[in-house]
Amino acid sequence: MSKTAKAFENGKAFIPFITCGDPDLGTTKACVLKMIEAGADLIELGIPFSDPTAEGPVIQEANERALKGGVTTDKVFGLVKELRQETQVPFVFMTYANVLFSYGAERFLSNCADTGVDGVILPDLPYEEKDEFQPLCKKYGVDLISLIAPTSEDRIAMIAKEAEGFIYLVSSLGVTGMRSEINTDLESIVKVIRENTDIPVAIGFGISTPEQAKKMAAVSDGAIVGSAIVKLINASGSEAPEKVGAFVKAMKEAVR
Amino acid sequence: MGKAGRFGIHGGQYIPETLMNAVIELEEAYNRFKDDPDFKRELKELLNDYAGRPSRLYYAEKMTKDLGGARIYLKREDLNHTGAHKINNVLGQALLAKKMGKTRLIAETGAGQHGVATATAAALMGMECVVFMGEEDTKRQALNVYRMRLLGSEVIPVKTGTATLKDAVSEAMREWTRRIADTHYCLGSVMGPHPFPTIVRDFQAVISEEIKEQMLEKEGRLPDAVLACVGGGSNAIGTFYNFIEDKSVRLIGCEAAGRGVDTFETAATIATGREGIFHGMKSYFCQDEYGQIAPVYSISAGLDYPGIGPEHAYLHDIGRAEYVPVTDEEAVEAFEYLARTEGIIPAIESAHALAYAKKLAPGMDKDKIIVVTLSGRGDKDCAAIARYRGEEGIHE
Repeated sequence: MSKTAKAFENGKAFIPFITCGDPDLGTTKACVLKMIEAGADLIELGIPFSDPTAEGPVIQEANERALKGGVTTDKVFGLVKELRQETQVPFVFMTYANVLFSYGAERFLSNCADTGVDGVILPDLPYEEKDEFQPLCKKYGVDLISLIAPTSEDRIAMIAKEAEGFIYLVSSLGVTGMRSEINTDLESIVKVIRENTDIPVAIGFGISTPEQAKKMAAVSDGAIVGSAIVKLINASGSEAPEKVGAFVKAMKEAVR
Repeated sequence: MGKAGRFGIHGGQYIPETLMNAVIELEEAYNRFKDDPDFKRELKELLNDYAGRPSRLYYAEKMTKDLGGARIYLKREDLNHTGAHKINNVLGQALLAKKMGKTRLIAETGAGQHGVATATAAALMGMECVVFMGEEDTKRQALNVYRMRLLGSEVIPVKTGTATLKDAVSEAMREWTRRIADTHYCLGSVMGPHPFPTIVRDFQAVISEEIKEQMLEKEGRLPDAVLACVGGGSNAIGTFYNFIEDKSVRLIGCEAAGRGVDTFETAATIATGREGIFHGMKSYFCQDEYGQIAPVYSISAGLDYPGIGPEHAYLHDIGRAEYVPVTDEEAVEAFEYLARTEGIIPAIESAHALAYAKKLAPGMDKDKIIVVTLSGRGDKDCAAIARYRGEEGIHE
C-alpha cells in the first residue's frame, strides 16, 4: 500500500492544506506540527506558484505573500527535511506543472523521495497529460494524485482505474475557496469511483466548517480543507499555530 | 502534429480536470462544423458582409521609396470591422459557440481589441458577454473599455498579479471552471489548451490565404518575406500559415522587447524565455529559475504576455520561422513613421512589425517583396504614445 493511502487507516481522514512560506517557513513548520498533533492524517504542502489558475483569491494571495517572502522550491524541500525529523505523517505537494517541469521533473521527484514527500497533486495536469510526470513518479515511488471533478462524467471510470494513493474529488465547479453550500451529487460520483478502484476518495474545494467536513466525509473517505486554514493563518499572526491546531482538532473530530 | 494538439513537443492540454470535457466537446464540435458547407457559408458571409473582408493588400509606395530596398506591402487588417484582425477568430468562435448551444461568451483581453471584437460578436448574435481585462490595461486602453460596455458587455478589471494580459487569461480560465454549461471561452490568441491553438489559427489563416491570392494577382509571385507582430501570436500565425510550405518565403515574427532584451522589462519570449507549462500549454515562457512566470513588460498591452503560442514555438524549434525582438522606442518610431509617410496610424502592436520592416527592407534588393501585416489600427494608442513622448493633456 502506498504511504498516502495509509492516511485513511485512522477512520475517515482529515487533510489540511497549507501554503508553504505564508507568511514565512517558520510559521508553516509550526502550523504543520500543530496540525499533526491535532490529528491531521495527511498534510498537503502547497509550493507557491506565481499564477495559480485553479485557486480562488485566498490561496492566490497566500502564494503571492509567500513568493514575496522569498520562498523557493529548494527552501520548501528544506522545510520537508526538517519536518521529517519530527513526524512520519504522509506529505503530498500541491503545486503546478511548471514548478516541477522547470525544476527538472527527475530532480524534483528524486528530491521528493529523498526528503520524504509521498505524493504530488497538480491541478493543471489532467489524465491526458499525466505521461509528462507519471513514469518518473513511479520510478521514485511518489504517488501522482488524480483529480475527479463534477464535470468528469464519462471520464470517471478511466481516471479512477489508473489512480494511485487516493482520489481527490473536487466538490463543485470553480476554483478553491469557501462556499456556503455544496450541491453536487457527490454520492453518485463516489459510487462510480468505487466501481472502478479500491483506493480511498477524499473530497476538497469549498469546505470550511466541521458540518460541511462531516457531510463530505460521510459520502467519502475524507475531507480536504485549504482556504479556511490559509485564511486563519493570515488572520492570526503569531497565534497561527495554536489557532490552526484547534481548527484541525475540531475538523478531525467532525469527520472521524 | 503527432499526439493530438501537439506541435512538436509543444501544445497539449494542461488544464484542470473540471475543464476537460468542455475542451473535448469544443474539439468535437469544431471537427463537426469546420467542413460543414452551411457553417462555412455563414462564416464567410459574416466575414465579408459584416467584417469587411477581404482586407486590402496595399502597396506602400512612399515607404518603399523612402527605405530604398524591397517593395513593401501592407496587409490591412486594421480596416476590418472593430479595427483589428481579432474579429476573424471571434466571428468563427462565436458562430461555433452558438451552434453548440452556448448563450454566453467570456474572453480575456490585453489591448482591448479582442475584447471589443468578442463584445461585438456577442451583440450581433444576441449572446451575453463578460470580458476580463487587467486593471493596468483598463487604464492604458480606457476607450476600448467604454466600447465594450457600449456593446453591452460587462468588463471585469483583473487586479491580481501584474494586472495585465496574463492575469486576464488566468481569470477567464477561472471563470470558465465556475460556469461551463452555457459558456464558451472565446480565447483570443493561438494559445491555451488544445484545441484553441488550432481553432484560432484556422480562423486567422484567412490572412495568409488572401495575401497569397492578392500577391499573385498584383505581382504574379509569392513575397520573399512576411512579417507580423507576436504576443500570443494569432495575427502572426494567420500571416504565416499558408506560406509554411513555401520555403522561399521568410516568416518573421516580431516580439515586444519592451525596454530591451537585456533588461527585465521585456516581453520577448523567444529571445528571453525557456520551455515551460502554463495556461494550458507547453511552450516557451518568460520565467525565473524556479518556473515562476515573469512579470513581463511592453508599451503594447496586446503583446505584454509572458508566453507564445505552441505552433510558433515549434516553427522556431525547426527553424522555419524567425523571431526578432523590437523595443518600445523602435515601435513608437515606426508608429509615427507610418502616420507621416503613408497616412496610416497603426496599432502599437503592429508597429513592432513595421519597425523590423524598416530595418530589413533597405538591405534587400529592389525586386524583393515583403508583406507586413497591419494587425490593427492605432486610434486606441494615440493618447498613450503622446504620453510616451511627454505630451500632457491628451485624453483617450
